[in-house]
Amino acid sequence: MVPLSATRLPSIDVVLVGFGWTGAIMGQELTDEGLSVLALERGPWRSTPERFPPTFAQDELRFYYRHELFQRPAHETLTIRNKPSETALPMRVLGSFLPGTGVGGAGVHWNGQTWRFLPSDFKARSHNAERYGAAAIPPAMTIQDYPLTYDELEPHYDRFEYLCGIAGKAGNLNGTIQPGGNPFEGPRSREYPTPPMPQGYAPTLFAQGAERLGYKPFPQPSGNMSQAYTNPLGVQLGPCTFCGFCEKFGCGNYSKASPQTTILPVLLRKPNFELRTESEVLTINVDRSAKRATGVTYVDAEGREFEQPAELVVLCAYALHNVRLLLLSGIGAPYDPVSGTGVVGKNYAYQVFSTVDVFFDDKILNPFIGAGAHGMVVDEFNGDNFDHSGLGFIGGGYISVLQTGARPIQTHPTPEGTPNWGSAWKRAVAQNYLRSTFIPTHGAVMSYRSNYLDLDPTYRDVYGRPLLRMTFDFGENEHRMSDFLTDRAAEIATAMGATRITRNYRKGSWDVVPYQTTHNTGGAIIGDNPQDSMLNKYSQSWDVPNLFVMGASAFPQNAGYNPTGTVAALAYYAADAIRTQYLNSPGPLVPA
Amino acid sequence: MRKGAVLAAAVLFLTVALVGRAVGQPKTIRALPPPNVSGARFSPQQVAAGRYLVILGDCMPCHTVTGGAAFAGGRPIPTPFGPLVSANITPDRETGLGGWSSDDFYRALHEGKSRKVGNLYPAFPYIHYTKVSRADVDAIYAYLQTIPAVTSDPKRDQLPFPYRIRQLMAVWNWLFFEPGAYDPDPNRSAEWNRGAYLVQGLGHCGDCHTPRNVLGGAERRKRFRGGAFPGWFAPDLTDNRSVGLGSWSDAELLEFFRTGRNVRTAATGEMGEVVAYSTSQMTDGDLRAIITYLRSLPASPEATVSLPGREAMAAGEAIYRDQCSACHRMDGSGVRRLFPPLAGNANLQQANPRTVARLVLVGAQTMPTDPRPTAFTMPAYAWKLSDRQIADVLTYARNSWGNRAAAVSAEDVAKLRRQLKPRAAIAPVPRGSMLHPAPGTLAKPGTDSRDNGTAHAGRAAAPEADRNPRNTTGPPGNMDLPKHKPHRHEAQGPG
Repeated sequence: MVPLSATRLPSIDVVLVGFGWTGAIMGQELTDEGLSVLALERGPWRSTPERFPPTFAQDELRFYYRHELFQRPAHETLTIRNKPSETALPMRVLGSFLPGTGVGGAGVHWNGQTWRFLPSDFKARSHNAERYGAAAIPPAMTIQDYPLTYDELEPHYDRFEYLCGIAGKAGNLNGTIQPGGNPFEGPRSREYPTPPMPQGYAPTLFAQGAERLGYKPFPQPSGNMSQAYTNPLGVQLGPCTFCGFCEKFGCGNYSKASPQTTILPVLLRKPNFELRTESEVLTINVDRSAKRATGVTYVDAEGREFEQPAELVVLCAYALHNVRLLLLSGIGAPYDPVSGTGVVGKNYAYQVFSTVDVFFDDKILNPFIGAGAHGMVVDEFNGDNFDHSGLGFIGGGYISVLQTGARPIQTHPTPEGTPNWGSAWKRAVAQNYLRSTFIPTHGAVMSYRSNYLDLDPTYRDVYGRPLLRMTFDFGENEHRMSDFLTDRAAEIATAMGATRITRNYRKGSWDVVPYQTTHNTGGAIIGDNPQDSMLNKYSQSWDVPNLFVMGASAFPQNAGYNPTGTVAALAYYAADAIRTQYLNSPGPLVPA
Repeated sequence: MRKGAVLAAAVLFLTVALVGRAVGQPKTIRALPPPNVSGARFSPQQVAAGRYLVILGDCMPCHTVTGGAAFAGGRPIPTPFGPLVSANITPDRETGLGGWSSDDFYRALHEGKSRKVGNLYPAFPYIHYTKVSRADVDAIYAYLQTIPAVTSDPKRDQLPFPYRIRQLMAVWNWLFFEPGAYDPDPNRSAEWNRGAYLVQGLGHCGDCHTPRNVLGGAERRKRFRGGAFPGWFAPDLTDNRSVGLGSWSDAELLEFFRTGRNVRTAATGEMGEVVAYSTSQMTDGDLRAIITYLRSLPASPEATVSLPGREAMAAGEAIYRDQCSACHRMDGSGVRRLFPPLAGNANLQQANPRTVARLVLVGAQTMPTDPRPTAFTMPAYAWKLSDRQIADVLTYARNSWGNRAAAVSAEDVAKLRRQLKPRAAIAPVPRGSMLHPAPGTLAKPGTDSRDNGTAHAGRAAAPEADRNPRNTTGPPGNMDLPKHKPHRHEAQGPG
């Protein structure tokens, strides 16, 4: 590619790279502080009326199968392999995960499942070593403690939940266990802002089955509104209609929390905020000392390059893009899996997912009534909520029935033994569509020495930059844990009174083809010291103090929950540190 | 006899000139420019008073083009006979009001006569502004003389012959214009008189809300009973309980004026701009005075309505369940302050269904205000529902949950669809969004984001969709925007 000379633009206080959840949160917080903030978003402007109004928001072919809201691999993708000895190949069609692009990021097409991690999740190494002995953590497992505690993060979880109007039932209010909520969760300072969603038949049957087994089911904390809500910024959301098109869709009814429905109506009115869309950042620029970011270089849709100087650079792109930008910009030492040194790309992790299909003969479940976070959950087998002695693994996950909407193209449930095509298949689908559900298990993934992100030596993007290379596989720990969860799910299925069940264990190596979850974590992790981590507890770069990195790239390993709640809480935590500490005295917030 | 002949000749022209109120005004709600009061010419108090009067008069939207300098004029006000273009009212000596004396300015507002061009067209609402006191006009003059001067000389007379003959307005004035400052009614309270002064004068509410005769003259006997203008029907403001404000409480009215939203309705389109530029910035005292005056308007007579056909009602109910009930609910109750209720909805039950048919055809967006920053959208159904389907669903909604109004015909909808089509974007489903950034979709960096593509990010109070004339769900104002150069997102927007 012919290098173009970049036009230098006037300097600005803060540049945000990417404009999804964390970009919107940082934009709102830092403009409140009076700073002039510019957000650069690689994708297009997106709003409810323009991109997903209720007249066509439920177009399954367009949005899910043709990936309208997602990153387009022809523009940018990454290369994939399971282990370092293999040659990575580009992912040419999205499969296992679906990164967003455009304003709102993946916050437009998420389900709204909004979790807090367990207090013990923040102490993944020390807690497990203490309870099960150091030998419980294999040498190849590179899990680390977070450099902060659940209690430190609690007020910031709370802020996000009240921003979004999350519907739920507290299980632990200031240390007192509450009936109907999750008894395992960390203490909350107050109840959820809105009551739980009403439950459909399948989640109700699941809860009944779980109760028969002595578990304590509770409603999934939901970013789909159980009632109309006005958030602390004055932005309003409407009640969910249970249309069943959240997952991989934008909500046409203003019923799902997203940057568009919670922050942007206020942020975009501010005179000290500017958004430039279709502006893709190529590099973060640093000065000669490599201790200070001077801004970013970005390219617009016409291929023109611009240098945007800024006092503060905040990476708010998707986890994978944050890591890639750090690598492309030469900030931080790239991780080396052989020596185990370096930090950028380290501790990439994911989610391990399995299901149990549940079929009834006598129950009509109306599975098309759905919402992205509509369902009942048991947390008995998540994190360290149960005794792992003798099980051969650490960590866990939640088990649930989440009725997200049995959309017509996607949903054709058939019991084992049904032919894959023909009239018998059609009969089976017709018989089972209304009479079946499934129980997903949503498991943690630990971090390992050989699971990491780096730059691909071969493949390049449209701008000539190396693609990101992902080296990832499930470990033995994940398989054991997921199989254990699958068996527990099958027991609940039986207790529900299912006519038959199918256990879909997660077998073999991680496969990039079938959709699993868009919960890619790690690669620019937070930690106690610059040897083990890219960032300090405030998500501030150890090396470049005027660079902050948001997103799930900060997770040292992945917990058994969906990441968005923790991603947002970390963003609020970082914003608070910038507002109350950094701006008074710009520099490292934690001594190295 | 003589009058009759003149009337016949002028009928079309006059109607158009009068009803050509600026639709499709600048969508970015901007602050009024700060005055420079360093000179000794005007007192700061007078200038500040003038600034507030400019808000009361809602002057900014018509005299400012999108992205242009405040009050520099040039906004085309489209009519079927050609565009009327607003004047530069900044103090520029050559192209604005720089050479005008306060007497000149008073004549324009009081008599409809411009120092420069002679007779003004009543699209400039001098028939209302004539009521404004000399002291208030002088204060407006003081403010307008102290804002930044902008050289801008929009070509104003773009009407074809014979409509461009401004002298014809003398005849119309003779027929329909009664100059004269507001004369307080000693039998009424000071608050009522203040309200009447604002509503009849600077507020120029009757410009839209009073019906017009065939010549475009206000029908005084039917004052504030609702008025039709191209593509819209401004609702009845009288005490009528079904189509007027009779069932609204004072608190509901106050909330509407302040926030553009209340439990009954949401301001969109024209009224949305009135709220954004004018009522939301008024003092509580003035809003209460306006409410006191509106309360005194005698109720318009109840219309007699024949029952709608059973077939239309059945079809309408099915369409309503499928397309409308998610937001407006099967019982027509809506969602408080988000999605307006249709049960008891006055706009829905107006004798003339033009506004509601328009909302279904091309959609609308509620005007965001500081207290209610979210711009909720009514999506466009022009691409999805036929004329018959829209007529039936409107007939159903106009005759359910206690509502009573005449059935809507498919022909009415078809006519409106034809009217809106050339100007608006009754666009198909966007396809361009399937593509990642394409060349030619970006504005120059460094430009004010209010004026490039991110502008339709809804910066300031502008609803994002407003900025894109090809948008499927753009607010009604879009319909009337002239074609302009596409900016960054349009190239990949709906199309």
